[in-house]
Amino acid sequence: MGTVVSFDIRDKRGPAIEAALSEAVSWLHHVDEVYSTYRPDSAISRLARHEIEVADCSAEVREVLALCRSAARNTAGWFSHLATGFLDPSGLVKGWAVEGASQILYEAGARNTCLNGGGDLRLRGEAAPGTPWRIGIAHPLRPGELCATVEAGDLAVATSGTAERSAHIVNPHLGIPANGLASVTVTGAGLTMTDVYATAAFARGESARDWLESLDGYEGFAVLPDGRSWRTDGFPGETVPEHGSV
Amino acid sequence: MRRAAIAAASTSALVVLLLTLKPHQPGIPALGAAPPAGTSPAPTGTATPPGGRGTGTYTGDAVQTQYGTVQVAATVKAGELTAVKMLQVPSGNGRDQEIAAYAVPRLTQEALGSHSAHIDSVSGASYTSQGYIQSLQSALDRAGV
Repeated sequence: MGTVVSFDIRDKRGPAIEAALSEAVSWLHHVDEVYSTYRPDSAISRLARHEIEVADCSAEVREVLALCRSAARNTAGWFSHLATGFLDPSGLVKGWAVEGASQILYEAGARNTCLNGGGDLRLRGEAAPGTPWRIGIAHPLRPGELCATVEAGDLAVATSGTAERSAHIVNPHLGIPANGLASVTVTGAGLTMTDVYATAAFARGESARDWLESLDGYEGFAVLPDGRSWRTDGFPGETVPEHGSV
Repeated sequence: MRRAAIAAASTSALVVLLLTLKPHQPGIPALGAAPPAGTSPAPTGTATPPGGRGTGTYTGDAVQTQYGTVQVAATVKAGELTAVKMLQVPSGNGRDQEIAAYAVPRLTQEALGSHSAHIDSVSGASYTSQGYIQSLQSALDRAGV
């Protein structure tokens, strides 16, 4: 279905921010061209077909592949760019691309921004002077409802779940779709690893809670298939009332 | 902070584009932020007052997607989004209809819900359709919301 990226910029718009917005859009198209596994001519597709070697790739591609390997290590293999049996860094690239777009805007002076890449968010600054960003977490079991809200300044918020039709997250250790959680939301400093950790937590299922508690700088909130929910001690949000918690 | 749509705020820049990292089928080029194809019907509601607090029903662009044409109409009262009606949904095959039937009520709920709940954005809502958002945004632009 593709991924929609939206930019919400609350700073006063000027030539520098307009230019950065164009640059950020170009950046996302560049990422799409290089990393899409659905484009036969992308570097990633050519790598997967062994037409080229890692050494033939740009420094940027090599850096992304190194990030993927480090993500796999940091998650004890629960995130894997090889989970489906072929090279697919999409699970990391999406968050990394949005993080990069956010950085482009920040460097141009846009200090109060909310970027949403297919439901994964990178927030900076505030929604209005004195008012933090307020983010709803879509309820995975009740269409159109929110299960929690998060109020934050500089933060990344990523949710992995079964709602997205093409996102069957595979348990890399078993090679079968993960189904222990209906959805899990992870918050952290940057979107690249926050998104990776949300994917890994979803793949883990039941053991995700203890794992997230053990991570420094990351918090989590999950809804179980039966509708109950849990949150780590430091999760910067509130469960929406009339919603049962574990 | 008045909210316009799922991902639009009245005081902010908004760009929506499609990234084909996970497309429906192989070989489809990115739609990008290009102007949508198709007709651009005039608004059927009252004219937007200067400063932009529209009231009326505004027809969005007919947006061509890889699934088919998507077009919505937005009803706005004093700058508030009150209803979204689907004028055209993809109906190419059974699967498209099934997806539209599943996704459209969610999108509409979200557009209205995020508006009323003072939510700036929604996490986990990645079933959003670029055609829906694009058409809704064009309707809201016409409404001056």
